[in-house]
Amino acid sequence: MDSIVENSKKLSGAAIAVSPTVHIGILGLQGDFQKHLEMLQLIDGVEARVVRTPEQIEWCDGLILPGGESTTIGKLMARYGIDVAIKQRVAAGMAIFGTCTGMILLASEIENSDQHLLGLIDMIVRRNAFGRQIDSFEADLKISCIEGDSVKLVFIRAPYVTSVGEKVEVLALLDNGEIIMVRQGNCLAAAFHPELTDDTRVHAYFVQMTREAKVPVSKN
Amino acid sequence: MTNQEKSTWRTKVGLAEMLKGGVIMDVTNADQAKIAQEAGAVAVMALERVPSDIRRDGGVARMSDPLTIIEIMEAVTIPVMAKARIGHFAEAQVLEALGVDYVDESEVLTPADEMYHIDKHAFKVPFVCGCRDLGEALRRIGEGAAMIRTKGEAGSGNIVEAVRHMRTVLSHVRKIQGMREEELMTEAKNLGAPYELVMEIHKTGKLPVPNFSAGGIATPADASLMMQLGAEAVFVGSGIFKSEDPAKRAKAIVDATTHYTDAKLIGELSKGLGKAMAGLDIRQLDEKDLMANRGW
Repeated sequence: MDSIVENSKKLSGAAIAVSPTVHIGILGLQGDFQKHLEMLQLIDGVEARVVRTPEQIEWCDGLILPGGESTTIGKLMARYGIDVAIKQRVAAGMAIFGTCTGMILLASEIENSDQHLLGLIDMIVRRNAFGRQIDSFEADLKISCIEGDSVKLVFIRAPYVTSVGEKVEVLALLDNGEIIMVRQGNCLAAAFHPELTDDTRVHAYFVQMTREAKVPVSKN
Repeated sequence: MTNQEKSTWRTKVGLAEMLKGGVIMDVTNADQAKIAQEAGAVAVMALERVPSDIRRDGGVARMSDPLTIIEIMEAVTIPVMAKARIGHFAEAQVLEALGVDYVDESEVLTPADEMYHIDKHAFKVPFVCGCRDLGEALRRIGEGAAMIRTKGEAGSGNIVEAVRHMRTVLSHVRKIQGMREEELMTEAKNLGAPYELVMEIHKTGKLPVPNFSAGGIATPADASLMMQLGAEAVFVGSGIFKSEDPAKRAKAIVDATTHYTDAKLIGELSKGLGKAMAGLDIRQLDEKDLMANRGW
């Protein structure tokens, strides 16, 4: 029986490989967008680009908000109308994935801050929640939505989620109950940096989410 | 129980990755730090005096008063860096204990050791170091620097040295990339650089850690120039708070660094910024007054 299940998985995997190319943008205002681009280039059926303007966001079926400095990226998004473009596109079905800073920007609230946010995931986030740079760390954790072995997690001045609304699915927790990965509909957020490892599985999970999103795959 | 490991090489270089495409600004107090953060700086460098004042005042320039650094750390949420003298590992230990996010082993301060730089692998806090050429960059990386910045000439307001150093480093990277493998050991010897790092550059065509630009950036177009020449982020020292309208200039340099290829936008950003810092002609300076010549 096992082998049949394996085979059917392989078949569905093959079907994905021939399905139309999805467009994934990486917001390139600031941060480690190049690292995300390098990851996406390793995944079949993806055309990836760095995007910096509202017009370029129209091209995206899925968008990644990279690691960086959340205050900086938040301000630059607001100055150039990118926040509005992202919200409209997500409402139309675009998938979105934020890592570290990206997680902060997707939140509805940051503790002790009135910074303007996208508010696409109903959660409260604590910034620099593990401490300053000398407290940055790596860990290994089995994440149920990611098939196979445990995932290498890299936390750099990282945030975590202190509370979530009822529509939010918690995908990963650390030992002390810190929420480090969540999903709400087409929106995915991680407190760690899968782009700083050699493992493409988290990015592949997001690519699959983008394929399954409501928005028809863009033609241009 | 998940196994956790703090302050790994990956987390040190990782923070530098997070600062890419951004502007790191020199600040001397909490108010300036807030202005920098509000403008969109990705980090601040906490100092007692900006380089142009250090140059003017003369004397020995040392690590800042910890009170200044703590005041700045409490004022902002972005990373805070601070400078230690070249070779002064005790100053670096103090900065690590204070909890700064990056230590700059900097030629802007008066060197404490003319033979040896700090063993940066021995620290939990990551280090950035200056360089004028590829050999110097690779020696610093070999000692444990997780980020490199080309030196330029700090406190000069003159971009010429920043351009020279960035071109020197990156053209040498391209040269090594195009070499035959048997040429690499001799190249490592000539550079005075670790062979493994020369091999890595040959394979990847880039420096093993992020490479930022410093020393002389004073305008949005200066920032654009350095980004187009291959800098991955910029440090602005005296250029902001020695100008007429720091808040406006800071924001314009941040936006120009993000949209560095958009000449039309950079033109808009450059309008009516008020006077830039006065600046110095490097050719009029004595060799002994050049900060870039400190370190080896």
